[in-house]
Amino acid sequence: MATVKTNRSLTTHLLRRAGFGGTKEEIDALNSFEYDHIVDYLLDNRHKDPVPVDLLRRYQIDLSDVRTNISSGSYWMYRLAHNKFPFEEKIALFWHRVFATGQNKLIQGKPMVTQIEMFRKFGMGSFEKLLVELSKNPAMIMWLDNQDNHKDNINENYGREILELFSMGVGNYTEKDIKECSRAFTGWTIENMPYNAMKMRNNTARPFGYIAWQFKFDEKDHDFGEKEFLGEKGDFNGEDIVRIICKQKATAQFIARHIYHFYIKDELPVPQWPHEEPIDPSAIEFIIESYFKNKYNIKEVLRDLFKSEYFRTEEIYNKRIKSPSELVVNSVRLSGGFDIPSEEVYKATSSSVLMGQPLMNPTSVEGWQGGEEWINTGSVIERINYCSEILGDVNKDVVNNIVKQNPDKKNILNLCLGELGYIKLELSTKIPIEEYIENSLPESICSEEVSLIIKLIVSTREFQMN
Amino acid sequence: MKKEKVLITIQLSGGNDYLNCIVPWENPLYRDFRKHIKITDEEIIPLDNKLGLNPGMNAIKDFYNEGNLAIIHGVGYPEPERSHFRSMDIWHTAEPTKVGTKGWLGQAIKEIDPNAKNVVTAVNFSEALPRALVNQGVPVASVGDINNYGLFTSIEDESKKNEALNTFKRFYTPTMGNDYVMDYLGKTGLDAVKGAEIISKAPDLYNSNVEYPSTSIGKQLKGIAQVHLANFGTRIFYANHGGFDTHTNEIVLQQNLWQQLSDALSAFFEDLKEHDTGEEIIVFMFSEFGRRVLDNGTGTDHGSGGVSFLLGNNVKGGQYNDYPSLDPDKQIEGDLKFNFDFRGLYSDILEDWLSVESKNIVGGNFEKLSPFLK
Repeated sequence: MATVKTNRSLTTHLLRRAGFGGTKEEIDALNSFEYDHIVDYLLDNRHKDPVPVDLLRRYQIDLSDVRTNISSGSYWMYRLAHNKFPFEEKIALFWHRVFATGQNKLIQGKPMVTQIEMFRKFGMGSFEKLLVELSKNPAMIMWLDNQDNHKDNINENYGREILELFSMGVGNYTEKDIKECSRAFTGWTIENMPYNAMKMRNNTARPFGYIAWQFKFDEKDHDFGEKEFLGEKGDFNGEDIVRIICKQKATAQFIARHIYHFYIKDELPVPQWPHEEPIDPSAIEFIIESYFKNKYNIKEVLRDLFKSEYFRTEEIYNKRIKSPSELVVNSVRLSGGFDIPSEEVYKATSSSVLMGQPLMNPTSVEGWQGGEEWINTGSVIERINYCSEILGDVNKDVVNNIVKQNPDKKNILNLCLGELGYIKLELSTKIPIEEYIENSLPESICSEEVSLIIKLIVSTREFQMN
Repeated sequence: MKKEKVLITIQLSGGNDYLNCIVPWENPLYRDFRKHIKITDEEIIPLDNKLGLNPGMNAIKDFYNEGNLAIIHGVGYPEPERSHFRSMDIWHTAEPTKVGTKGWLGQAIKEIDPNAKNVVTAVNFSEALPRALVNQGVPVASVGDINNYGLFTSIEDESKKNEALNTFKRFYTPTMGNDYVMDYLGKTGLDAVKGAEIISKAPDLYNSNVEYPSTSIGKQLKGIAQVHLANFGTRIFYANHGGFDTHTNEIVLQQNLWQQLSDALSAFFEDLKEHDTGEEIIVFMFSEFGRRVLDNGTGTDHGSGGVSFLLGNNVKGGQYNDYPSLDPDKQIEGDLKFNFDFRGLYSDILEDWLSVESKNIVGGNFEKLSPFLK
């Protein structure tokens, strides 16, 4: 057996944050490496063929074809649960939260699938490149009406939101900057929109769209005149605007808070940021420094962060409430994944909706705020019932793996906690469960009893945390 | 015993087309703008010599004849938003200019039950919790299937389920120390179980000869009747009736939706009557926006300015406000111009029905309807 080199609770913490939590097997395998190597492995092991997308086409044509209103979210759910490089999906989820775009307005799912694909491709590189790609992304253009942003009649929607929601946050630019920014993005539109829109409408077999919309820079509709933006003057195009945005301290600070909020600890809701100090200013400073040092490269920022003291301090372990998608994906992964792309995928996706997070369809223009927002009496019931149903399923991996280890009343709790990714319970949670085992379970423990204990564990407060 | 007043909100999601719901059939402009999707004179259910109802609204017409249905014309808000989301958000939070976090009903619940003594003061039957009901510290029971509602529904054996629930209650008791999040989770978890225990009793207490349609809205209204008749003290119910986003095939789709709603509401009021009750209930129906005046060939696109409804034995039936003009000069950007701010309507409901002060909830004083109660 390999020597353990990294503290197991640190490994599990890292796996929860960099991905969607580890199975017992994954944790045991990784523990034998130095911590910094585990970080590098999780960030760099880009798999050549991470997801068997061909299975999707074979078994669920409506899913790969995005034929129903929940197909796009389900398509992503399948990838979230099966990607062998979970860091990639996690970061896509991060950007989906920051750049919240919803198919509800687009009335089609396909461009959303394409947008998430773009996050996978560019989301861990330079933030500057990502913002340029975002500005060219068809779903984003339609979401914020940039196709209506014309040389002689600007539409400020995108010009405003790229500053307010996507980079700097309110209070760091003027109304004039918004106008100049919008001017710079005139002519950033979509190729052949009227024809494709007609084509889309006429294809009633695919009401949620199959058109692979393409970006077009329409020179004739672009305002090439001089602009003054954040104190600089020039005949700026969109790329120049993004270049100027990215070197601002406000941008670094805004992105740092998002990173902290998503990877470290639940922060205040974003709209309060202009008025409230970060809960841990020195951690934010650390991320800002790393952002500039790494020339805006997000993956390197995360590498610095994961290796930092801020990240390793036990104080932040299990301090984030799992978002519905994190909870669902964590559970599906623990249970051994989806057998074949089937109704289970839809069930997972719609459960996440019922818990308050419709993937690719955020409920507000500002995205999900996270934290306590996820918890209400309705969502708690959904969370617990979903997890206990799938993890307590006697036909799935978790229960079977435990039964194989010959559980008895003494070791069953520890076996279950281990199999669920070495969950740690507070004493005030542990004692009632131990008493339950002592008083209510028969002497011989079979799959039914294992299932009951699993159901109790996933219903705990501790299991709701990341 | 004096019964407490109850509000049922039915959200018509997707944008109910005003022009083909309350049809200005005598207006030649209606025919001009709705060349492809007009409702014919033979099909219309006439209300008066100017307006008629969508053919799916037969039971709604009966309510109107009985004097129990208020049709509120031209409802909207300044600077209309044509995004489903944003517009629905505005209706939910009564905040047209900024992103609100508290729902208008969530705030009302806080006024009605400030210490959250009753975890079922508000019960939601629509999928996911609508933002209208959201407010910090306000418990709302969100019921999917009332016949299978509660925690650990996958444990079939009743006594095993109860043992699990008792264990759950022990480890959810908020004594984890000074951790705010853990305490909040604990309290919410316990509220959820308490609410589920109360509500899951409703179907057993319920007895009725009325048959509800097996549609989603039929099931939701049946659930509402079951919980209401069980006297748990619920004051606010929420239901959702979706599918009004009729960009295509509008004539068929919209009529079906109204027929479903008509049938469900008719069963619901019959049920209340069978139980000698109903005076304590009003139903409020709204949609996030109306639709474009000019049709697009087979349907209509997102617009603004719409129609809302209040229904109940205590509602003074009839029509309120004027039907917005179809005259092209009077439209705004191709939409009907609203003439009544929805926040005034909320004020009516909050103050005159639920006895809750509205000013802080809707953010000011808005013109109300002339008294809408009998």
